[in-house]
Amino acid sequence: MSAQLSGILFQLFQSLLVVAIAPLLLGWVNQCRAWLQNRSGAGVLQPYRTLRKLFHKDAVIAHNASPLFRVTPYILFSCMWLAAGVVPVLATDLPFSPAADVIALVGIFALARVFIALAAMDIGTSFGTLGARREMLVAFLAEPALLMVFFTASLISHSTQLPTIVEALAHTQFTLYPSMAFAAIAFVMILLAENARIPVDNPTTHLELTMIHEAMILEYSARHLALIEWASSIKLLAYTTIGFALFVPYGIAEAGNWAALPLALIALGVKLVAAGAGLALLETISAKMRIFRAPEFLGTAFLLAVLGMLIHFLLGA
Amino acid sequence: MSVSLSGQLINLLAALLLLIAFAMLSQRRVLSLINLFAWQGVVLTISTLVVAMSTQQQHLYYSAALTLVLKVIILPWILHRLIRKLNVKWDVETLINIPTTMLVGIMLVIFAFNLALPITQLAGTITRSTLGIAIAIVLLSFLMMLTRRKAIPQVIGFLAMENGLFFAATSATYGMPLVVELGIALDVLVGMFILGIFFFQIRETFDSLDLRHMEKLKDE
Repeated sequence: MSAQLSGILFQLFQSLLVVAIAPLLLGWVNQCRAWLQNRSGAGVLQPYRTLRKLFHKDAVIAHNASPLFRVTPYILFSCMWLAAGVVPVLATDLPFSPAADVIALVGIFALARVFIALAAMDIGTSFGTLGARREMLVAFLAEPALLMVFFTASLISHSTQLPTIVEALAHTQFTLYPSMAFAAIAFVMILLAENARIPVDNPTTHLELTMIHEAMILEYSARHLALIEWASSIKLLAYTTIGFALFVPYGIAEAGNWAALPLALIALGVKLVAAGAGLALLETISAKMRIFRAPEFLGTAFLLAVLGMLIHFLLGA
Repeated sequence: MSVSLSGQLINLLAALLLLIAFAMLSQRRVLSLINLFAWQGVVLTISTLVVAMSTQQQHLYYSAALTLVLKVIILPWILHRLIRKLNVKWDVETLINIPTTMLVGIMLVIFAFNLALPITQLAGTITRSTLGIAIAIVLLSFLMMLTRRKAIPQVIGFLAMENGLFFAATSATYGMPLVVELGIALDVLVGMFILGIFFFQIRETFDSLDLRHMEKLKDE
């Protein structure tokens, strides 16, 4: 009983934690970018202030909006929350985890994407449709690459369950996996593309013609927009923690081990700070690509992931 | 250094070499191409050093030093000088587009891995499993020579192919005898000088380094 209870408590704690700290990660990335660009920046708490402001506004919805348009922000938010709840962030034995392995996780992201694309086309403005099409172009190339990255990790741990993968990588003797190096590079490229970061998309752009993700949510306002923004930051956090789980799973607590929790929290904090700074650095040193270069970028990610698998078969590591 | 750790390190470095070979294949700019070539030399030097340390083969230290001097310092320096003198910092033109080249590259890698599998099972060296990667690097460099139109990228492809061969020699048999290695190193250096002079001649005759122009040089 107690093991089960502590598992559920762990799950609850983790789920609340990811929702709470997701805007903080976004704020940290933006702050780092500001520093790197010699600006003073708005502070790491700015995303929270934006969310608060948006929640206090009155929502404006187009006359011809269907119910789909209204429910999409909630679906988006729950999908991202579920995804972030399934990833082992602090502990490996989460009661939620058996519900979705990595393939289902890709499916959850796809579900959210389908809804946001449909909602973007719902109003019938040309920018929404344009954004939805571009999003789908990027997504259909990023998804197989992401699956290949997961398969490379699964080949090593003989499981598609994220906790088992983490257990196999974190709590056994340290080994260098060349195949995982390839998968890691591919994963970073996918993370940039999927989270609408620079080289593929510019999250701070005001120019509609170059938008991908922003173009889809132009019609949203107030609480709907807040939920979507929040969901985006949770998505970034989910991808980052998936990256940690696959490539640097060290420091994560074992099942039901409350004593290891402070260490796991510190490890998570350090990793998030480092990852956020790295992401900001990557975004600062690279320029946004033309949209028609995006397939080439993601094709390269796919090829790297496939190479990782091939190398695993050749070297057995 | 323990055998298992050095084995893992060599595998990782081999994977890095393959990654650089792919990066070269997808690279459009001639300057980055030269830098990548220099990096390939650095990784090759480290991997040779690791093999030397874990197997106690004295002559491999000399080949590592030779690689460092020749392939990391002298050859990239000559290439940088050449493109400055020829004033050719343009984008590299390719015959077929880059995603297709990469796909062909993946096929070559699969082919090379299959080719190396039976040889790998016969070998007894700690580096045996990297032979497939070495063959893949040779084939990828060859592909680069085939798909590039301009003279300098083709020469870099040639030099990268030599890197792959060197790596194959280290991984299959702990390297060739020092005399042979010295001979090859000298050949590469002299070849580089001769090709450098060729570049100037080609440009003087055709006003361009595009090798398609050389097709005109036949008897009608």
